[in-house]
Amino acid sequence: MQTASSLPMPVWFSTFAQAARYNRTRIGIAITLLVILLAVIGPFVAPYEPSAFVGKPFLKPSADFLLGTDFRGRDVLSRLLGGGIPVVWMSFASASVGMVLGVTVGLVAAYSRGWIDQVLMRIMDVFLSIPLIIFVLLFVSLIGTGEWLIVLLVGVAHMPQVARVTRGVAADIVSREFVEFAEALSVPRWKILFGEILPNITTPLLVEFGIRIVWSISGIAALSVMGYGIQPPNADWGLMINENRGRIASRPLAVVSPALCIALFAFGINMIAEGIAGTMSGANRKAGGEQ
Amino acid sequence: MAEIAPALAVEVRNLRIDMPEGGDIVDDVSFTIRAGEVLGLVGESGSGKTTVGTALLGFARGGARIAGGTVHVAGDSSVNMLDLTPQQKRRLRGKTVAYVPQDPASALNPSLRIGLQLSEVIEAHEPETPRGEIDRRIEAVMQDVGLPADPAFLMRFPHQLSGGQQQRIGIAMAVILAPKLIVLDEPTTGLDVSTQNRILDIVKRLCREHGIGALHVTHDLSVIAHIADQVMVMYSGRVVEIGRVETVYDQPCHPYTQALLSAVPELRYRTQLKAIPGHAARPGQRPQGCFFQARCPIATQECKAHPIAMTRQDAGHDVRCLKSGVTAIAEPERLPDPLPATATSGKRPVIEVRDLHVAYGAFRVLDGVEFTVEKGECLAIVGESGSGKSTLSRALIGLVPQQQCTALLNGERLAPRARDRSRQQLQTMQYIFQSPHNSLNPRQTVESIVGLVHDTFNRASRSERRQKIAEVLSQVGLSPDAMFAFPDQLSGGERQRVAIARALMADPQVLICDEITSALDVSVQAAIVNLLKDLQQSRGLTMVFVTHNLALVRNLADRVLVLNQGKVVEMRGVAEVIDTPRHAYTKQLLANALVADLDSRAKRSGEKECLRA
Repeated sequence: MQTASSLPMPVWFSTFAQAARYNRTRIGIAITLLVILLAVIGPFVAPYEPSAFVGKPFLKPSADFLLGTDFRGRDVLSRLLGGGIPVVWMSFASASVGMVLGVTVGLVAAYSRGWIDQVLMRIMDVFLSIPLIIFVLLFVSLIGTGEWLIVLLVGVAHMPQVARVTRGVAADIVSREFVEFAEALSVPRWKILFGEILPNITTPLLVEFGIRIVWSISGIAALSVMGYGIQPPNADWGLMINENRGRIASRPLAVVSPALCIALFAFGINMIAEGIAGTMSGANRKAGGEQ
Repeated sequence: MAEIAPALAVEVRNLRIDMPEGGDIVDDVSFTIRAGEVLGLVGESGSGKTTVGTALLGFARGGARIAGGTVHVAGDSSVNMLDLTPQQKRRLRGKTVAYVPQDPASALNPSLRIGLQLSEVIEAHEPETPRGEIDRRIEAVMQDVGLPADPAFLMRFPHQLSGGQQQRIGIAMAVILAPKLIVLDEPTTGLDVSTQNRILDIVKRLCREHGIGALHVTHDLSVIAHIADQVMVMYSGRVVEIGRVETVYDQPCHPYTQALLSAVPELRYRTQLKAIPGHAARPGQRPQGCFFQARCPIATQECKAHPIAMTRQDAGHDVRCLKSGVTAIAEPERLPDPLPATATSGKRPVIEVRDLHVAYGAFRVLDGVEFTVEKGECLAIVGESGSGKSTLSRALIGLVPQQQCTALLNGERLAPRARDRSRQQLQTMQYIFQSPHNSLNPRQTVESIVGLVHDTFNRASRSERRQKIAEVLSQVGLSPDAMFAFPDQLSGGERQRVAIARALMADPQVLICDEITSALDVSVQAAIVNLLKDLQQSRGLTMVFVTHNLALVRNLADRVLVLNQGKVVEMRGVAEVIDTPRHAYTKQLLANALVADLDSRAKRSGEKECLRA
């Protein structure tokens, strides 16, 4: 904490350093890094080409095929190693999109109060009433299945929740005297929003970011499982679950191994979010943890 | 006088409380309170006064540990309260030792009716009590604290009561089980002076009538003068002086007590307030020997050598000082009152406000307020809470969009909203907020806080900007290194200095100060007031000073505007208003302030003794 107090550094960094003192955060960081490492390095160390047909379908695990082969005779291990990138980058990206949109809407609503606040939040409520998957499926089935489109759609689907949380924690801050001071100085409004208010709510927003990543992971994986994500023959964890679920009883590894990776990833991020939530004081904690 | 000594309410010997990481917060605290007497415990923030207060309930907050000492309650010298099991302590709390917290609004359960909260106290400690008996006792205690005892009132929720009424309920909950000792932790902070006086009278009367001993923890010397029989002054976790209020206030023997008393502004005349140089050492960094030695004008080598023990000055008057009785800090010198403003018809006033109205819906906060502020003068705006004085100052700075008025600044029209005002106007008028904890962004360094104002009005290179910030910081008595600190690394006084520096950064002509010293200790208040006086002289600043403290007004202002329910009831020179008030409301304000005035207290002490005998 010495460095944190003597050097001015970004708030989110010191929050992170503080959270890292908890064991749950450390476990979370370790697991998350492990999964990301697997996804990033995987393609380079995979024994076979992920989409190459290297054997008979549904072979048992052997020395050649450590996790067996899938329904088309491709190496499960190679597909597992090669199929991590999409879910990792897409979940981060869509959570980021959701955060940017939601934080902006939430800050504007909290700061302007009055009818602007009402209108913005009612629009968010309308969004909120449509479940994430339905919302994304609607557009994906209409427009197509581009990766960026999915990122954008999942991001937009996150927006109302993020906006609600942001508005909740910022409502406390907007009436503080330092905001009024900036107001009396007629500082540009965007500067007040992002320079004065935002730094005071980074901790709950970091927690929310974690929660949004977890939701993105499950959402994007679910889309893949339903066939609306990454298209075959490319490798993807969600897609693998979909492709191999027919023989889950006799050859469970082809389904369980990607499912486990997704679960670990979500779990790790969740633990980090928990750790950051732990650094908040009681009052903030409630507002930040609000689902 | 010295008849039969009444029974002891509490006897504390050598109390010591340690921090979680070792080292003491308070040590060597010994005192006694007799039944029916009030001991005022006074000290500035960080002196350990609240820690001592809660220790009487056998409680230490935030990991701190009661490390030693004895507390005998109600003359029962066989049982040390600190050695009891948690269960035994719980039984004791509320029944034998009660506590009145600082903020009744958060201490009362907002979703329970007050009648239920009162009966819960009895049910928790005496579950056998029949319903009728409970009702009877609630009725009696409500009468004691001067509140109606009818069922309709008892059915109210805490938010339906005023702050003063809430605190009376707090006191009622404390005394309903007839305890032997109550600990009051700044129970009147945040209340109006008139409400405060009423509450203090109630506490004093209840203690007398029911033979309750009270420990009244406060930072306000005038509260002690009002309520206490004995006073105990704490500094850096040590008792430095203890004795009867009259003795200690008339002849303070410890240099710190003398310094504290010289820092309090007087109502009857203007004085040169004396701030205490330096600041108190934090626990763990305290020096050898006398803890006050670094700030003491008469300290010698001897004072640094060994811890100082309490020595008896007179009967019942103990002092922790080697030079006890030497006048280290003389009484502050009296200054002449400012001359009544001569008619300056030629000059145009800096601020001219005509027919100011502010209404929230049907509720009129300000109703036809008119005033002018001349260049270089200090206009004080006084009134109780709800008088609209804060709204008035906020309207001036452009934070009250609902306002309707004709306001001129240097002859130019002022828009109601700050955003519609010209850059020139924004720069001319600067505002300093009440709470230094709230007015500085906790996530920014002092450099960016002060820099925000700089960047609004100037363009400069990074090094030039830094140079200017360092300059303005040194003008308010801060070192340039303070630039890199976050607000939570600064003390309350330092934060308020940063707020002043930030206002000065704009190079304003007018400074509007909204209760800027109400959250500060008296010695810090003195330093801030002196700083403002100096700045006003050196920069020729015009000031609008909003406050409820009339003694402070006497010390600082040239003219006074008295505000009552949104209307100006009186506006004249400071000496005229305080010495010969015309309006009934001003007279009432003054009467309340006089009760708390130290000087008039000391003079009345003789007559107080007669009453008691």
